[in-house]
Amino acid sequence: MTTTEYIVHHLTHNSVQLPGTTGHFWSIHIDTFSMSLMLGFIFLFIFTLLARCAKVENPGKFQLFFELVLDMVHGQVKDIYHGGKSKVIVPLSLTIFCWVFLMNLMDLFPVDMVGFVNGLRGDPEAHWRMVPSADVNATFAMSLSVLVLIIGYSIKSKGLLGWLKELISAPFGIKLAPINLLFQLIELVAKPISLALRLFGNMYAGELLFILIALLPWGAQWLLGVPWAIFHILIVILQAFIFMVLTIVYLSLATEAH
Amino acid sequence: MEGLISNISGFTAIAAAIMIGLGACGTAIGFGILGGKFLEASARQPELVSMLQTKLFIIAGLLDAISMIGVGIALLFIFNNPLLSTALTLAKTAA
Repeated sequence: MTTTEYIVHHLTHNSVQLPGTTGHFWSIHIDTFSMSLMLGFIFLFIFTLLARCAKVENPGKFQLFFELVLDMVHGQVKDIYHGGKSKVIVPLSLTIFCWVFLMNLMDLFPVDMVGFVNGLRGDPEAHWRMVPSADVNATFAMSLSVLVLIIGYSIKSKGLLGWLKELISAPFGIKLAPINLLFQLIELVAKPISLALRLFGNMYAGELLFILIALLPWGAQWLLGVPWAIFHILIVILQAFIFMVLTIVYLSLATEAH
Repeated sequence: MEGLISNISGFTAIAAAIMIGLGACGTAIGFGILGGKFLEASARQPELVSMLQTKLFIIAGLLDAISMIGVGIALLFIFNNPLLSTALTLAKTAA
């Protein structure tokens, strides 16, 4: 197949139309859906196992490693979140960090591995995108959930009327209400959009570069692929960390009065 | 017909180049300033290096964001050009 066909084939999602519906809106990217669900269950399984078998004396290396992760998340929440006691913030941040990290980690698998496995199944032309966070739908789903949480925390800490009053009276005072509303809405809408598109852009660009490197001759592949893969490992962890930290920051801002 | 497609493809290539290039310029300058300030601050107060490094990575992730969005959109235009497909469907219906 030609170069463009190869690239377009690797960038196409496995899209399934929900039964009995028509139109593009009611089709699901079944590869994103099932990969993110499976990775979420892996995360829950590992952490439930650790919580059940946690030992105070003689903890194993497994338990100590995940305690490191939990300590890091705890430290960030303690530094950043100023909204008083909340039982949701630390589990939420841990889930976001581990789930986004696992989804990003799928990008480090070889580009043609999916095709190879599909060839063994007898269907080498099947589409299957392995990286859920390189799909706008997955990243926007997470960031819109964070938006709902931001609005929820704002209402919880200021009351519904208090929040609505703040929408029209901050930061310029009640006389400039339309301008205040415009600024506040832009700020409110920019948060989930930037969260989603940051993660999507990083992962999509990374995957596309891996596909482009896969098209090079064998020697050039190693020369370019190794540095890019090493850099991409940093990006994978960093983007998961950034998503988590920004979620905590936005939730902390939501509980503060202007 | 060929003129139309060449036109759209040419302009798309230039547009993608501008998007990626200007994004890279902004990110590079931003990282340069950020890194310089970090080195200065860590030379002045070495005991704060680990705390500053965490904040360095947070700000680095924020700087990367818009240029990555630009790269994503530019690559989308190169490999799956919506403007080209619109033009092609219009040309087909007109023909």
